Amino acid sequence: MNFVHTMETFVEGKKKILLILLAVFLIALPYMLNSQYLVTVAVKIGSYTLLALGLNVLTGYTGLVSLGHAGFVAIGAYTSSLCAVKLGMNFFASMILGMVVAGLAGVLLGLPTMRVTGTYLSIITLGFGEIIKMIAMNWSSVTNGTLGVKNIPRPSIFGYDLTIANNGLYYLMLVLVLITTLFCIAVVKSKTGRAFQAIRADELASTMMGINITSYKILSFVISACICALGGALYASLIGYIDPNTFNFDVSTLILSIVILGGMGTIRGMFVGAAILIAFPEVSRFLMEYRFVLYGVILVLMMRFRPQGIMGWKSTMPYRLSKNVKEQVEKMDKNAPLNLLNETKG
Amino acid sequence: MAEKEVLLKVDNITKRFGGIVAVDHVSCTVRKGEVVSIIGPNGAGKTTVFNMLTGVYEVDEGEIIFNGNPIHNKDPKEIVAAGISRTFQNIRLFSDLRVIENVLIGAHIKTKYNFFQSVFRTKKFREEEDKKTAEAIQLLKSIGLDYRRDDYASNLPYGEQRKLEITRAIATGAQLILLDEPAAGMNPQESAELMEFINKLKDQGYTILMIEHDMSVVMNVSDRIYVIDHGKPIAEGLPEEIANNPKVIEAYLGGVQNDAEDQ
Repeated sequence: MNFVHTMETFVEGKKKILLILLAVFLIALPYMLNSQYLVTVAVKIGSYTLLALGLNVLTGYTGLVSLGHAGFVAIGAYTSSLCAVKLGMNFFASMILGMVVAGLAGVLLGLPTMRVTGTYLSIITLGFGEIIKMIAMNWSSVTNGTLGVKNIPRPSIFGYDLTIANNGLYYLMLVLVLITTLFCIAVVKSKTGRAFQAIRADELASTMMGINITSYKILSFVISACICALGGALYASLIGYIDPNTFNFDVSTLILSIVILGGMGTIRGMFVGAAILIAFPEVSRFLMEYRFVLYGVILVLMMRFRPQGIMGWKSTMPYRLSKNVKEQVEKMDKNAPLNLLNETKG
Repeated sequence: MAEKEVLLKVDNITKRFGGIVAVDHVSCTVRKGEVVSIIGPNGAGKTTVFNMLTGVYEVDEGEIIFNGNPIHNKDPKEIVAAGISRTFQNIRLFSDLRVIENVLIGAHIKTKYNFFQSVFRTKKFREEEDKKTAEAIQLLKSIGLDYRRDDYASNLPYGEQRKLEITRAIATGAQLILLDEPAAGMNPQESAELMEFINKLKDQGYTILMIEHDMSVVMNVSDRIYVIDHGKPIAEGLPEEIANNPKVIEAYLGGVQNDAEDQ
């Protein structure tokens, strides 16, 4: 705990410099790697970071475990790829359309939360993932069935194609991850995020605080679905070919593993989790098939010795107050009457 | 003493679970600024009454009027918005969140900005968030919990967790606060502090309806007491009247009246 405090104090004190260093490092990374293969791995890590950030809103913050998030990824990937391939739409427009469709699916999947909780809900999400896969497999006229969608065009900005070779895809990934991260922070540090965490901690108590549990759970599903669809769209344009098996149950468990390994209910953990779980199979190729045994062993040891996840500590830093609030606190009188909150009811 | 305005009027409410009548035509009245206690042996139906008041259970018969408006069979969130808030028999804090976050969640319904305003960090969001945070800190200061502001709720000692739960209930802006066995599991010193705290709330004009087993707390802070047993109301009155009521003594001790008089 003390180590965490020392580290957090250090990071907090040198925040600006560290952020600049990180930004410089990330921007310069493709030139340092100087290999298309490694850049591809980096973009893959970025895509999975997006997926993990999406699932984290639902599982980490709201406490609803989903085993079918590959379904949302598939919706995002299929919608954007099909719009791009068949209708010739721009990547960004089709990506947003994919997010909208996934968001609607999120509302649908969120509806059972009115009645079902816990494990039962997880089973429903598991079913959802399989249903989406089956639709992709059998709705041949649109999805091209098991043959999949081929030749997915690369995103382009003003006629300039973003590819791995010119690092365009890498920078696109960086921008998308940055926007999503800022979005997640904004959601978490607001009454919406507090309501999510309250629901995770105690549903009955949350109801008694006047929180509309059902609508917040559905909102959580929708946010989660949209972010995963974004990740799916990026992933599809990275690999250029998708078929129903690209989004099987393994993808759902991989996303969940990233969230758990990184640290549920933390944003920092998603980057670390994705980096470890995506890079590991790549760096351990020399182990051949045994790498998946080692992969399993790491996860088991993790659950035994650090169930809260690698980055899953509780912050020891004080609750951040804005300058305005700090000034007001200075002036406060501790003997002021208790009913202050009622007076300001307005 | 002039009669104060009636804040809560419970009129003959009944709750059945299958064939069991858990609460049988219970009535009570709470006036502004009063501390009223509901007592009764275990399983008497006290918590069921609270659950009906807060909308957790539906009311089978009878009505509940709060501030002149019927609130029975309304949604819990509407009842909170109307101004009733509660604590729980076993503490139900958001234990992995900080003390101040718990209070801010209490202020949830009064925090007026929408989702998009928070995502884009608009001026409205910043002002409202600052205002609510400052109010939460002021509330914690007045209650004497501010030195724990950044702690996680689970790290607080038992007495302070109870206090925080009450603080969270106050933060909803409630006029009527329902306390479900606030002194349960407290040592004598903690319950003495609790009594002082409840009296302080009363002085500030809060209205409190409480379920309690600890008689020293009940007798010291209550203006009036209702007694229920097996779901039925058996007595009501001032603390000293209740203490000497033979029916109450029988319900609690089940003894012969002669023995009871020694109490």
